[in-house]
Amino acid sequence: MIIRIMGEGQFRLDDSEADELNKLDVALEHAVEQNDEAAFGSALHALLEKARAVGTALPADAIEPSQLILPGEDATIEEVRDLLADGGLIPG
Amino acid sequence: MGVMKRVSTIFKAKANKQLDKLEDPRETLDYSYQTQLELLQKVRRGVADVATSRKRVELQMNQVQQTSDKLDRQARDSLAAGREDLAREALTRKAGVQSQLTDLQSQYASLQGEEEKLTAASQRLQAKVDAFRVRKETIKATYTAAEATTRINEVFTGISEEMSDVGLAIQRAEDKTEQMKARAGAIDELMASGALTDALGGPPPDDIQAELDRMGAGHSIDDELARMKAEIAGGGAPKEITGSSGQADPSVAQPSGTSFQKEQPGSGGA
Repeated sequence: MIIRIMGEGQFRLDDSEADELNKLDVALEHAVEQNDEAAFGSALHALLEKARAVGTALPADAIEPSQLILPGEDATIEEVRDLLADGGLIPG
Repeated sequence: MGVMKRVSTIFKAKANKQLDKLEDPRETLDYSYQTQLELLQKVRRGVADVATSRKRVELQMNQVQQTSDKLDRQARDSLAAGREDLAREALTRKAGVQSQLTDLQSQYASLQGEEEKLTAASQRLQAKVDAFRVRKETIKATYTAAEATTRINEVFTGISEEMSDVGLAIQRAEDKTEQMKARAGAIDELMASGALTDALGGPPPDDIQAELDRMGAGHSIDDELARMKAEIAGGGAPKEITGSSGQADPSVAQPSGTSFQKEQPGSGGA
């Protein structure tokens, strides 16, 4: 499974890590829905840490689509909401 | 569905929409390559813009530091001349200038971070664009409609995802540099008008915060005044005002509201 951390690059993870990542992702989604800035920050941080810890960075010249895409470390709730709002934020 | 999956779905939908625009998948590859080269230019310009902004902030930091040093000297000179009221005024201004400096330092760090991120993004994109060009030619050379669709889909979706990511990074950096430019312009104007020391950081804080700031600044200014007095006294030629034993414990004369009240020479306080 390949995941992207936005602004950082892509990582290859074993499929068996999906469950753990999904749990952390549920917490992140909940924080976005509740508009809970503090919970959002720690949930995002935990998710990114986990992804980096169990993943191997893809080489820069790899061209592969990601199964999962994560907002970058310094993303705000607002930005994530924009990102999810029908891709309105995505340029091009 | 989770944030990760939703973001990925949105990125893919966007790639698919572009993929559907052209009939021959090979055209899509050529067209995409052109867009990639443009994006590469754009991200490089972005790096240069952020670097320019960072240098400008650096220049301002130097200017503000010089102002602060000057006010410090003026405070010393005022004290040496027995004008504690002037010294206090100079140190009050210096506190304002120092807060500008702190603000500029955090702006500088933020721009530096942005510059590093964009530089890394630019390098990743360059590597991918090079790889894309090779794969594009291979696919075109061995093209059969049946197998091409899958391969083209994959490579196109992959590169399109990277481009969206880089595009967002550029937007963020642009927003930040625009904000910095506005603030830097404001500071430049203040510098030119010599009114920097009146600026004390943009919109007025609320009343309580203002009072707290005033008290805080008052205390540290009193401390600094005391330090300077001690230095001047120790450094020879003590003036009659600063030599008085009444200022031995400056902290006793500081009930909250009166921190700016001038001390009377020789009054001794307490």
